[in-house]
Amino acid sequence: MTAVRSPTVVIEPTSGWSAINLRELWTYRDLLMILAGRDIKLRYKQTGLGITWVVLQPLVAALIFAVMFGRFAKLPSDGHPYLLFVFSGLVVWNYFAAVLQRAGNSLITDQRLITKVYFPRLAIPLASTFSAMIDLLVSLCVLAVFMISYGISPTWRLLALPFFIALTALTATGVSLWLSALNVKYRDFAHALPFLLQVWMFASPVAYATTLVPEKWRLYYGLNPAVVFIEGARWSVLGTSSITPAMVGITTVLSLAVFVGGAFFFRRVERGFADEV
Amino acid sequence: MSQTATRVEGLAKSYRIARALGRQPYRTLQEEVIALPKNLWKRARGRSDTMETFWALEDVSFEVMQGEVVGIIGRNGAGKSTLLKILSRITEPTRGRAEIYGRVGALLEVGTGFHAELTGRENIFLSGAILGMRKSEIARQFDAIVDFAEVEQFIDTPTKRYSSGMYTRLAFAVAAHLEPEILLVDEVLAVGDAAFQKKCLGKMEDVAGEGRTVFFVSHNTQAVRQLCTRGILLEHGRVAADGPTDSALAVYNQRLREMRVDAETGVNNPENRRGTGAIRFTAVSVEGLDGAERYTFEMGDTVRFRLSCKVNAPMRGLVIVVALRSGMSREIVTSARHVVTTALIPQGETATVVIDLPNVYIRPGEYPLYLHASEAIQSPVNYDVLDDLTPPLVIAGSSRAVHDNFDPAKPYGVFSLPSRMAVEEWPATASQQKARVTDHERPQIVR
Repeated sequence: MTAVRSPTVVIEPTSGWSAINLRELWTYRDLLMILAGRDIKLRYKQTGLGITWVVLQPLVAALIFAVMFGRFAKLPSDGHPYLLFVFSGLVVWNYFAAVLQRAGNSLITDQRLITKVYFPRLAIPLASTFSAMIDLLVSLCVLAVFMISYGISPTWRLLALPFFIALTALTATGVSLWLSALNVKYRDFAHALPFLLQVWMFASPVAYATTLVPEKWRLYYGLNPAVVFIEGARWSVLGTSSITPAMVGITTVLSLAVFVGGAFFFRRVERGFADEV
Repeated sequence: MSQTATRVEGLAKSYRIARALGRQPYRTLQEEVIALPKNLWKRARGRSDTMETFWALEDVSFEVMQGEVVGIIGRNGAGKSTLLKILSRITEPTRGRAEIYGRVGALLEVGTGFHAELTGRENIFLSGAILGMRKSEIARQFDAIVDFAEVEQFIDTPTKRYSSGMYTRLAFAVAAHLEPEILLVDEVLAVGDAAFQKKCLGKMEDVAGEGRTVFFVSHNTQAVRQLCTRGILLEHGRVAADGPTDSALAVYNQRLREMRVDAETGVNNPENRRGTGAIRFTAVSVEGLDGAERYTFEMGDTVRFRLSCKVNAPMRGLVIVVALRSGMSREIVTSARHVVTTALIPQGETATVVIDLPNVYIRPGEYPLYLHASEAIQSPVNYDVLDDLTPPLVIAGSSRAVHDNFDPAKPYGVFSLPSRMAVEEWPATASQQKARVTDHERPQIVR
């Protein structure tokens, strides 16, 4: 009975590029969900308002925008109530920003895990993609309340909303894979992230309509993935938009490229995380 | 026929370390950009003077069979932890290969993944998942974990409100129920109270008894001797000895004895040597009354410590403490504090003192030394500590009668202090027999 067994794991130095081990990631799916759950629980531990903060944060931001840009600056909102206009954009943008914020620094905050135990490192930034979903879902409920109170009835276009949310998640995850991995070696990225997000937000139609952008710039403007997923989500809810199917196509391909590239890059550098973090 | 659990071939790991002191291990983008042309130039010429390569592991090979309990021993920096980190896949080797047969559970610290804000229940699931358990597995083991940790009534309390003992128990309990085929343990037993340590050791013995393979990294020779069937001694990243625990430990102790302690020993190792350098031990020797250096004594012998130190900054007096640690917990079991002087000592002075421990009525075993030098006025800065940096004091069984009441067959406790007995009242049923009173003086009864 000297059956030749093959080793469960072979540990060897690796080099070059390799794809993500999806099978391994799948065996760790419980960890992914538990890490996401931890993020959510920790966020609102020992707060008086608890989960109310999830509603309050986008609401206050939307009110500020509505007063500053809608009332004072009178920015165009494609003829929709400005509050509803800005909130529908904020819902997806906030999700996008939250994933980047949480994931960007995630490998640093969890460095004790990285240096003390093995698991697919990808689970750490990925957990942010899922944990921020909760905030998104709550915001969507608030949006639904807004729509009802403004008397806007949903159309068949609403069916496209999950697609645009998925596109947001894909882009956010792709960018956060790059950010989190780079941040392990260069902490500069943690400092640059708030500015990046600020600039990115003003370069995206969160508080204003795309029609504000001069026609000749539209093509380049459309290369910003945030333009497409914000306008796409807004179109699903409110019905008007300036994006074209071609733009959606380009953005989808672009986001996929960022995601796949990020996954390969993450794989390449993750073997050094425990030594570098 | 037993099967291979782990095969390691030519494993090596190098780190690139900055030569300049005080340099951050990570670089900023700006630094990198500025240094880029210089580094490219250096790389082209094949050298770099800011970074140097340090080999934590040089060439390690061994094969371990299923069911073996292997103690990885060696001094700090010998490569024990690096080896464990490679086997647990936390870090990659630079060269070589390791084959692992079976599921690995690694316990490199107590409470991996624990978050103080979360409750005991939440932490069990979090930590379990991080250690590689499925959610269903944790749920199945949940009651057993809570039971083992004895924290039932606090299970829904945030762990930040736990006592450190409770926290440790819960953390270990999760790891103990991991049920891996190969268990990697790094010195986690050095925590918790004595009773809990016993429990942990018992659990580890169970694991070994079930035919699972255990790697136990420690420089606690007592624990290694008790647990392990085989010892692998690492030295400067190479295997220096590999064999039955006793023979590997014998080599280890021999190597320790060959080592000299001076002002530089272990100064980069804050766990074993602390202090600012205002004062440093420059030589430590343990000797018998005949003046010959040795580390093995018999019970009842007199142990003489000859300690030299150098004062590198003005000190307000000098106090030296010699203490012995013991057991799994490495608690200090006895300490002697001696005031050498209370006068001001100018910079540059050296001193040598001799401290005798007469009649060491300590049970046979190994006792790591803890040596401390400081100012006479308790100072938080001007001191030096040598904690387990010298060979341990070894008390061997005595060839002569230590004292009347010592029974070598009943080795309980740490000390065997001389004792005496006097009979106060004799049972009537046994009145035929004459009461045997020891030749000691009958003690006074205090009313």
